[in-house]
Amino acid sequence: MNKKLIFAIPLVVVAAMFGVFGYALVSGVDPKSVPSALTGEPLPDFKLSELQDEKAFLSRDDITGEPMLVNIWATWCGSCKYEHPVLNALAASGVRIIGINYKDDRALALKWLDEYADPYEVDVYDPNGDLGFDLGVTGAPETFFVDSEGNVQYRFQGPITDQLWQDKLKAIYDEMV
Amino acid sequence: MKWCNRTAATLSFLVLLFGSLAFAASEVLTFDNDELRERYAELTFQFRCPKCQNQNVADSNAPISVDIRQKTYEMLHQGYSDQDIVDFMVDRYTEFVIYKPQMSVVTIWLWVVPAVVLLSGLILLIRMTRSRSSETVDELTDDDRDRLKTLLEDKS
Repeated sequence: MNKKLIFAIPLVVVAAMFGVFGYALVSGVDPKSVPSALTGEPLPDFKLSELQDEKAFLSRDDITGEPMLVNIWATWCGSCKYEHPVLNALAASGVRIIGINYKDDRALALKWLDEYADPYEVDVYDPNGDLGFDLGVTGAPETFFVDSEGNVQYRFQGPITDQLWQDKLKAIYDEMV
Repeated sequence: MKWCNRTAATLSFLVLLFGSLAFAASEVLTFDNDELRERYAELTFQFRCPKCQNQNVADSNAPISVDIRQKTYEMLHQGYSDQDIVDFMVDRYTEFVIYKPQMSVVTIWLWVVPAVVLLSGLILLIRMTRSRSSETVDELTDDDRDRLKTLLEDKS
């Protein structure tokens, strides 16, 4: 074996590392983004009351069957307020949105929907965040794209904006319909 | 009133010192036995908060960390093993939630690569030292000896 080649190995290794780190820097890999464990998996089952009626219990089968967005929201969440008009517009354009009211107060949530309009076809009341935990939710807002089979296709963290919907999310939704 | 100021300063310093020593986790928990408490401490220490950047669940105030601690506490008292609890969290929050990676087809190289690098380094080292020592035993030819002799004699 050529001896000079052996001495070139460290150089090659360092160059490769520069390549990897440089790629991460330039391509803008987001270290904060947490992958969703649910992508490609069925939506977990639950038994929780409806926001509007504490005696009406809902489960997975009550909401699945058609493609939908499952939106985690709460009145304590600032960016949910920012996202709300976008959801209203999406619902008006025929997108089916299911709400999960996450770790919230029922009265406050109902007041919010009364004041800012209600984009949700059904709203699930999850005061302890049990369903949120099974969904792997880390905060609000979060939106799951669920197909007609009830499988999660995509998870989006943070508020949806018009721009984001047009650029990226609409295509994901259209693929499910 | 100088002493009064000084006492106040000392007191506020002490408050600051011990205030910052307190753990971020604030809930008071009672455990059935010490073994459970130790396992709880160990598990929450090795869980990574999914919401914060590089903070463990034991030390984090994020609501999601409070939930993970709560769930860990409940599952420990329901008799689940450490591995069950880790699997439960990974099922929901992916491998992101644990600091210590689990052995799988994807992560096996974390153990294999250092061993391979160390071994090949050792082999390389042995080879290089061996070839160098064999070079030094190079004998002089008869011509060389004659030349050396004449050179030495010329000088004297």
